[in-house]
Amino acid sequence: MSTPIIELAGVSRTFEQRRKIVKAVDNVSFSVNEGDVICLVGESGCGKTTTGKMVSGLLRPSSGEVRYRGKDIWKMNKEEFREYRLAVQLIHQDPYASLNPAHTIYRILSAPLIHHKLVQDENHARERVRELMRTVEISPPDDFFDKYPHQLSGGQRQRISVARALTVNPSVIVADEAVSMVDVSIRISLLAMLTKLMRDLGVTFIFITHDLAVAKYFAWEGRIAVMYLGRMVELSRTPELINNPQHPYTNALLSAIPEADPRLTRTKERIQLRSPDVPSLLNLPPGCTFHTRCPLYEEGLCDVHVPQLQELEPGVDVACHVAARRHGISLVGETSNR
Amino acid sequence: MKTLRLLMHNKVGFAGFLGVLFFLFLAFVAPLFIPLDTETRVDQIYQLPSAEHILGTDFQGRDIFSLIVHGGRDVMVVAFLTGLISTTIAVILGSLSALLGGWVDSLIMAVTDVWLAIPQLPLLAVVATMIKLDSVVLTAVVLAALAWPSLTRAIRSQVLSLRQREYVQAAQLLDLGNRHIISSELLPNMMSYIAINLVFAMTGAVYSQVLLVFLGLVTLSNNWGVIINLAWTRGAIFSSMAFMNILAPVLALALFQLSLVSFTRSLEEIFNPRLRTSV
Repeated sequence: MSTPIIELAGVSRTFEQRRKIVKAVDNVSFSVNEGDVICLVGESGCGKTTTGKMVSGLLRPSSGEVRYRGKDIWKMNKEEFREYRLAVQLIHQDPYASLNPAHTIYRILSAPLIHHKLVQDENHARERVRELMRTVEISPPDDFFDKYPHQLSGGQRQRISVARALTVNPSVIVADEAVSMVDVSIRISLLAMLTKLMRDLGVTFIFITHDLAVAKYFAWEGRIAVMYLGRMVELSRTPELINNPQHPYTNALLSAIPEADPRLTRTKERIQLRSPDVPSLLNLPPGCTFHTRCPLYEEGLCDVHVPQLQELEPGVDVACHVAARRHGISLVGETSNR
Repeated sequence: MKTLRLLMHNKVGFAGFLGVLFFLFLAFVAPLFIPLDTETRVDQIYQLPSAEHILGTDFQGRDIFSLIVHGGRDVMVVAFLTGLISTTIAVILGSLSALLGGWVDSLIMAVTDVWLAIPQLPLLAVVATMIKLDSVVLTAVVLAALAWPSLTRAIRSQVLSLRQREYVQAAQLLDLGNRHIISSELLPNMMSYIAINLVFAMTGAVYSQVLLVFLGLVTLSNNWGVIINLAWTRGAIFSSMAFMNILAPVLALALFQLSLVSFTRSLEEIFNPRLRTSV
């Protein structure tokens, strides 16, 4: 097997807030091979954005390693880091904040081209910008050259954001809630455009979203990683995860997706959680952090031992004591009480 | 052409712009045609405005209009230089402080805090006794040395907030370099702020220098401040006929300041593309 393009090994990130340590991301490991897609899914505050920022090198992990093509990005020399820097691009969630309001669209897109000498001259730059805009399906490109970001709609801005990330021909794109802030009617076309990019350009995608339905659409051929309070609770191939979720949290998330068919929604089995409240990151429950809400909770097991992510079936990694037991695997003993 | 249209767009701003132009013309071009009246005419002291002397005459019978015309140049040059020097210092120190952080930030902020705590006017008076402030440039330098701290703090907080913007992060991700980030991502978004603060620094400099001249701490030859100072020392306040002698320079100062401040409205529109679109 070739070296994965992105690999996280035991990555944690803590923040200090009023003298208290907040564990935003706790011991997360996963790897992505070139051309693959992985979706990080979870509710707000589960650490998916922090993970995305660490993958793209904007944040330094408190512990653990983020590797690009097998090398720890924080131990790279200048030349290697430069290569990594351009190879991994991030698309921000908010298309209103991610474009500089003082620049025209042409300037926004041509700056990286000119800075990195990816074009020979002004004419070439114009040609390349036009091409990029066509890639992200903005037409006619020339009409947008002299426009300012505030003159564009949210969907158009997000497309420009994507085009800007593409200027440096990245191999990995981290899309942080890239479609969450745009209108639902535009979301699907934006998703379709990103899917097309993934197929045509062979870009590896790390797609961060809170919406399992979006993840399912986007990463059907890839994997979904479900995060809960900074930990990864399930990492499985998308069809398995959707059709046969192992972790009770994944199950709860899936049951919460509204269906377009009211008959389906009415008859659909809703998982009853023991508590609707998400515990505070400042005061995490001991053992499995989900045990306060988990319908499968077992006293003396779940609130004592932290379950580690374990492969239960090929391509299905789950961190749950009860689910593991069903597969005849015990997660207790390998980990200490934290 | 586009800039001119933007200038005209805001009526208050355009009026201010015209006012500034008028005063520039008055101070730099008019002196070429209107000679400075130095003659003493004892029989024409404290005259009211008339066709011959449109702003009246002063305590020694000189034409006040000619004094006003010749007294503006130094005021404006000092104001402009002071504004330019203090704003430049503030932008450089403020950005460095915000971008580098750490001990550089602590050091710069400590210095500005101390500087801000010093009462400026007494310090100016002390400085003026040590250095003979008889040149325009020297006066500007001294005034600028006192004016930079508050703006430095403001610029620092601007940069700190802009630095966290996602488009700055995007520029970092695209490895566009610090020079690009400062000159293309940060500065354009601060330009209106800087330009407006430059103008405010100028208005501040006008007042402090006129005050210095009025107090006699700065000995510039001909200046709106000098007119007030002389009128004061020669007892103009005791003569009800002498009001033009005080009013003329005060009005000139006030109108010049008003023009500058109104002009900032246009500057705002020129530098902010979001306000610009309605044109």
